[in-house]
Amino acid sequence: MNYIDSSLKVVGTRPLRPDGVDKVTGRALYSADTRAAGMLWGKILRSPHAHARIVKIDTSKAEAMAGVYAVCSAADFPDIPSEEAFVGEGPMNFRDLAQNVMARGKVLYEGHAVAAVAASTPAVADAALAAIEVTYDVLPYVIDVEDAMAADAPVLHDDMFTAGVDPKPTKASNIAKVVKFKKGDVEAGFAAADVIIEDSYTTQPVHQAYIEPHACLATCAADGQVTIHASSQGHFMIRAYTAKLLGMDMSNIRVNPAEIGGGFGGKTLIYIEPVAVKLSQKSGRPVKIQMSREDVFRGTGPTSGASVTVKLGAKKDGTIVAAQTVLKFQAGAFAGSPINPGCMCGFALYDIENIDVLGYDVVSNRPKVAAYRAPGAPIASFAVESLIDDLASKLGMDPLTLRQKNMAKNGTKTHYGPTHQNIGFEQVLAAVQTHPHWKSALPAGQGRGLACGFWFNIGGESTATVHINEDGSVTVATGSPDIGGSRASMGMMVAEVLGVDISMVKATIADTASIGFTHLTGGSRVTFATGMAATQAAEKVVDELKKRAAMIWEIQPDAVEWRDGKAFPAGSNAGGFEPLDLAELALKAARTGGPVNAEVSVNAQGAGAGFGAHICDVSVDKETGHVKIERYTAIQDVGKAIHPSYVEGQIQGGAAQGIGWALSEEYIYSNKGQMDNPGFLDYRCPVASDLPMIEAVLVEVPNPRHPFGVRGVGEVPIVPPMAAVANAIKGATGLRMPDLPMTPPKIRAAFDAAG
Amino acid sequence: MAKQYVSATINGEQSEFLCETQQSMLDVLRDVIGLTGAKEGCGSGDCGACSIILDGRLVCSCLMLGVEANGTTITTIEGIAQGDKLHPIQQKFLEHAALQCGFCTPGLIVATKALLDENPNPTETEARYWLAGNLCRCTGYDKVIRAVMDAAAVMRGEAA
Repeated sequence: MNYIDSSLKVVGTRPLRPDGVDKVTGRALYSADTRAAGMLWGKILRSPHAHARIVKIDTSKAEAMAGVYAVCSAADFPDIPSEEAFVGEGPMNFRDLAQNVMARGKVLYEGHAVAAVAASTPAVADAALAAIEVTYDVLPYVIDVEDAMAADAPVLHDDMFTAGVDPKPTKASNIAKVVKFKKGDVEAGFAAADVIIEDSYTTQPVHQAYIEPHACLATCAADGQVTIHASSQGHFMIRAYTAKLLGMDMSNIRVNPAEIGGGFGGKTLIYIEPVAVKLSQKSGRPVKIQMSREDVFRGTGPTSGASVTVKLGAKKDGTIVAAQTVLKFQAGAFAGSPINPGCMCGFALYDIENIDVLGYDVVSNRPKVAAYRAPGAPIASFAVESLIDDLASKLGMDPLTLRQKNMAKNGTKTHYGPTHQNIGFEQVLAAVQTHPHWKSALPAGQGRGLACGFWFNIGGESTATVHINEDGSVTVATGSPDIGGSRASMGMMVAEVLGVDISMVKATIADTASIGFTHLTGGSRVTFATGMAATQAAEKVVDELKKRAAMIWEIQPDAVEWRDGKAFPAGSNAGGFEPLDLAELALKAARTGGPVNAEVSVNAQGAGAGFGAHICDVSVDKETGHVKIERYTAIQDVGKAIHPSYVEGQIQGGAAQGIGWALSEEYIYSNKGQMDNPGFLDYRCPVASDLPMIEAVLVEVPNPRHPFGVRGVGEVPIVPPMAAVANAIKGATGLRMPDLPMTPPKIRAAFDAAG
Repeated sequence: MAKQYVSATINGEQSEFLCETQQSMLDVLRDVIGLTGAKEGCGSGDCGACSIILDGRLVCSCLMLGVEANGTTITTIEGIAQGDKLHPIQQKFLEHAALQCGFCTPGLIVATKALLDENPNPTETEARYWLAGNLCRCTGYDKVIRAVMDAAAVMRGEAA
């Protein structure tokens, strides 16, 4: 059923979230909050070198220490062959994943795991790590993407031959892959242009910086059954990857989803679970591993840093007739940067006849990148949206008008294949035009920037179960970890379908043995895909409840109507019987066929793409180079907001992360290839005093492929901020800042260079 | 080295525990006493997820030794509500949807309590600077600050 045009009672309201009290009182259990009897503390030894051959690992001294119960290194794990799997937001090669979890033969970055111990206390575990002797043959290393592409660069993988070029190269290279997209004839487009503009940009890797470090508790029983308690963006993902890396059957692993303390894409893969399981197998005791913040920075994946050039050609009237870009993305130590979405997203916002895109996926001696909100898109859009702003200046046009002239609409064919359908970019830009922020006069000394962003959003496999409890209350269970309030939206959709108050519905997340497969919480898919499963399960329950009422009344099921949480006799029976509510039907369930519940699994298609536009006002201190965000408005097509507060929260949080990416977040490397700032003091995420209120404006263009019109909202908001801030800085100072982050020293230097 | 005996008032109750001399108060709370509401986000005093109130002062429990708790009075997130009655700060965090993942929330609520104990009528700027030691990566702080300002108003008796 489709509810888009229905009058809704629950969806669109702002009830308190069902897991809220546990989270404001400290009771909610995150990954590091559980213990087990006899539990050991697992710790991981990490490489001090950016690139080195492992000559020997001598664990004998550690193993002999009192209180040490297990030690492991790559020799304890299966040597996994190369096998590509597509998992949600990016490709994954299981051999690479295995070697990222535990280095085999070589270490490829500082922080790469080389061995692990399980001991009675954290202090004993630390002492044991110090007693492990690793002999390294240190190799030359390379950190930056352009350096890694150079002909004489140290090669990380001697079996890596650039894919996507013809003929197949014979020499190993750090360029894992070349990606090309073409539409029309870009040379002809530039030849026909009145104005051509080109620039180069760089972005730095940024970490998702979820506040909860990775942690898990693994217990291996004597019969080989494994239980893992861990937080992640997908407990089925933990089960599948752990089974694969340990050569186990999935049915022997049960993963309990702990509350997750942030992920943003960074918890869509595993680092520690197979290690904890291995240590538990060897010791016969439960093993807990929790990363330190330093481990998180040195050993887990940020998103790519990149080097990007963009060239645009336009007619005098502002019509963009040609667009070209070259993107070079750092993948970290193993192939798999988000180069494909990077190549697709920058120009996906515009209807441009001739497009040429070239992308490189490049390995270097840094932690392997992981997904981070709209992977790849923010990098591409920082460059494209900066250049569009400069194009507007060059043409003497308003930057909003220029975008409106070129914006993608329904029917616009993208350069990567699909044709846009049911998109709301036009409505988003119209909302910019009428917004008080956009119409307001700019205070003296400030600059205003506008930038836009796009993300595909995904659907995919999800399972939801709706149970009518014995007293008529309702439970909805799904397989989607709740990272930002999705329990609330699941409960609301179910309550809407059942016609009951939200207080009657409790939403929960079931473990891997208790519900059907559900793909990651990622790709902005949960409210769309898992919401679709929950909605359909509630509908099946309603059908069943109507049958039960018909049985009680001894009439035909199609003569029963369901509304306001009750069964009513309809048609010729109307008024013939007293309506039956959930409690009454639940009470009679045993006599009418047993428990009332339904489980629905879907492979949801038709996730509506999302568009956003951000308006940013800044002031810039000419003396210090400090940029202050004075006002910020983020406008986005969200399809339909199930719980508007949590939709706004996604937008505000994404914008804040983007502001950090724009102004302050970066990895600083020493001259030995070691990260110099692996802590929150020196890796500078925005704090409360760095930001103003962030106004989130919800534009609702319903997605017809979802029963309530939902489209994903979590990723789009991190796409526009970097260019919005850069364009505002340009407005305030006249300086075009092409290199992120736009730190005070860089801005000071740009002032100096400008004279 | 032998464990040390420590006696402190924690959330209104007299508590006694033994801890290693090098153990942080955060590790004591979480691993010795079993109060896991305070979180370790960094272990270096930069994120505020482990915030507690020690003799009226807001401190990061990861930067304090367990033995230093001897003779002190400590409030953790578990001691903010009165029984099953939420503190207005907790209630306003819920109403304003000022949490997404909820991991930084205990620290933010404890820090807010310390702020409002000291300054019942903060400006938005004062609230933002006070909470600058509490990292939140999900919310962008907008709804957090609204919850803090609203809770302050309620506690002053100015709003519902």
